[in-house]
Amino acid sequence: MNELLRQLTEATGVSGAEKEVRLLIRDLIADHVDEWSVDTMGNLLATRRGTGESDLRVMVDAHMDEVGLLVVEIEGNGMLKFVTVGGFDDRALLGKVVQVGPQKVTGVIGARAVHLLKSNEYSKVVKRDAMRIDIGAKNKDAAAGKVKVGDYAAFVTPYEESSAPGGRTAIGKAFDNRAGCAALIELLRGERYPFDLVAAFTVQEEVGLRGAEVAAYRVRPDAALVLECTPAFDLPNEKDVSPNVALGQGPSIYVMDARTMQDPRLVAHLTRTADAHAIPYQIRQPGGGGTNTGAIQRAAAGIPVATIAVPGRYAHTPTLMISLDDYDNVVRLADAALRGLTADIVRR
Amino acid sequence: MNDLIRSLVEAFGPSGFEDAVRDLIRPLVEPHADEVSVDAMGNLIVRKRAAGENPLKVMIAAHMDEIGVMATHVTAEGFLRFTNIGGVGPHTLLGGRVRFADGTLGVIGADRNDDRSAIHPLSKHFIDVGATSRDDCPVRVGDAAHFERPFVAQGHRLTAKSMDDRIGCVVAIEALRRLPATVPHDLYFVFSVQEEVGTRGAEAAANRILPDVGIALDVTLTGDVPEARSMSVRLGDGPAIKVRDSGMIAHTGLVRLMRQRAEEAGITHQMEVLDGGSTDARPMQVAGPGCAAGCISIPCRYVHTPSETVDARDVEGAVQLLVAVLSNPIEL
Repeated sequence: MNELLRQLTEATGVSGAEKEVRLLIRDLIADHVDEWSVDTMGNLLATRRGTGESDLRVMVDAHMDEVGLLVVEIEGNGMLKFVTVGGFDDRALLGKVVQVGPQKVTGVIGARAVHLLKSNEYSKVVKRDAMRIDIGAKNKDAAAGKVKVGDYAAFVTPYEESSAPGGRTAIGKAFDNRAGCAALIELLRGERYPFDLVAAFTVQEEVGLRGAEVAAYRVRPDAALVLECTPAFDLPNEKDVSPNVALGQGPSIYVMDARTMQDPRLVAHLTRTADAHAIPYQIRQPGGGGTNTGAIQRAAAGIPVATIAVPGRYAHTPTLMISLDDYDNVVRLADAALRGLTADIVRR
Repeated sequence: MNDLIRSLVEAFGPSGFEDAVRDLIRPLVEPHADEVSVDAMGNLIVRKRAAGENPLKVMIAAHMDEIGVMATHVTAEGFLRFTNIGGVGPHTLLGGRVRFADGTLGVIGADRNDDRSAIHPLSKHFIDVGATSRDDCPVRVGDAAHFERPFVAQGHRLTAKSMDDRIGCVVAIEALRRLPATVPHDLYFVFSVQEEVGTRGAEAAANRILPDVGIALDVTLTGDVPEARSMSVRLGDGPAIKVRDSGMIAHTGLVRLMRQRAEEAGITHQMEVLDGGSTDARPMQVAGPGCAAGCISIPCRYVHTPSETVDARDVEGAVQLLVAVLSNPIEL
């Protein structure tokens, strides 16, 4: 069992309320970094000093936050009205267990029993405005004793691993982006790099790359690497279309998304490194989406940056699946690429 | 000037892949510069120092990148699905040709369309590079291409694929050549990257330079073709002084000054209000503590198609106007 992934994914940290994850990560890295601090937005910035061979300053980013819910009203009958934090498909919400607020009060996003559905309701998607979180409170006062308006709610999905003939997989919530956080922690625990490495565990990515924007401005590195989890769309399909990325095919390397053209020099460095170390990789389908790269690249006077991601099925739902081989290879590729990163690659 | 225009508009430079354009421009500007550098994003920054005390910092931006496409998927039969880099209209695609950085030429085809009056979305187009399978396809997912079309000069009219914004680069290069040896302002000519995907390069450059005055050089639309949108800008009526576009309201003092310099020098010019689109002046205006921003526009027909058309007289006028603005006092 990968304890790092289990601990990190089972912790909660909806965008804007990342404290629990931040404290967990701080404890996990404290013995491996030379200094750490938390900035005004809640980003955890930790420095692992280099051997002194290189004067580069390199930042590696992984966002701590996950998509979730926010309570906006406690109704007379004790039901909790909520809004979503980050991007969701309404169909992924109904019938899911959540934990609300700092006391982690268990609730369920209630669905009407199938016995009670009218025939014309079977084919309709229930809109999130019509959904409520039910914590079993008998009225508003009873609910108000346990939760408040403004409390966040996160999904509850225990971490599990399986070993099917196709390879090792893990099932859990929030691999986007605790998989990136876990990989970054592993980098901090390895041998020192030739340069000072600043690990930025950032907040509020899912609501607009907000934490990374200020973290990059503060750190002002010579180069940056973003570790992410990117959606795989590799289920059976009759048409010859792109899977975006596929599970088990290796780390996915970004070239272009809606927010960035990744630095071509770093992209070439990543693919060269993968080839040299016989690490499989795949180029993520260029086009939409975006990662913290979008905020980091344009911070201050511009920063060369690239992204490596663990492919994940069912992103932005309460349950994702990743390949543990892909995860291990993301760690290997990031580590090898950082060790091979020299000034001539990123300076002009 | 046509040889310079030809070499720049035919060069390869989709957003994010501007190296070839930068390599062409750099030797042309170095003899006229005090300092030349390339920043982290790839912007080429050319500095010409002021002669006097406490000079204004003036940033002039023309973007090197052009729109293009990028391969997203190689089918089993060796065809490429692709996505857009910047604003690519589906109606400009079918039968067009694209070229990848390694020289591979592709023809754009489309899925069967039984309704001839309808245009397929971009996602139903594909690129044929002559491959027969995924294995013999020379293009990989993530490879970028630009639209292929030669430069043509016909009378005053100049037609090519990436007048937007290589013609702005030409204006900047030509102005650098003509400026007097000593100028009253600290000039930063920025040949910027990634304008077409969201004015990203100029944003980083402006945050480094923190200019007092920012002037973009870019193309603008016209209202002088059949059934055109209502817009007063016409090809051949001179460079356009931008008053407003959908991303920026130009500094009124700078607009007044540009107008005054044009009138003093007898440069035919026109005023521009653009409904849709913006330029590198937008990020310059709000970078750091902000600056007085404006834009000298080159009127252009068929923008974001492979046959962008400008008038040589407007280009010449833009050079003269820019030189007049930069070599005289800027009092706002």
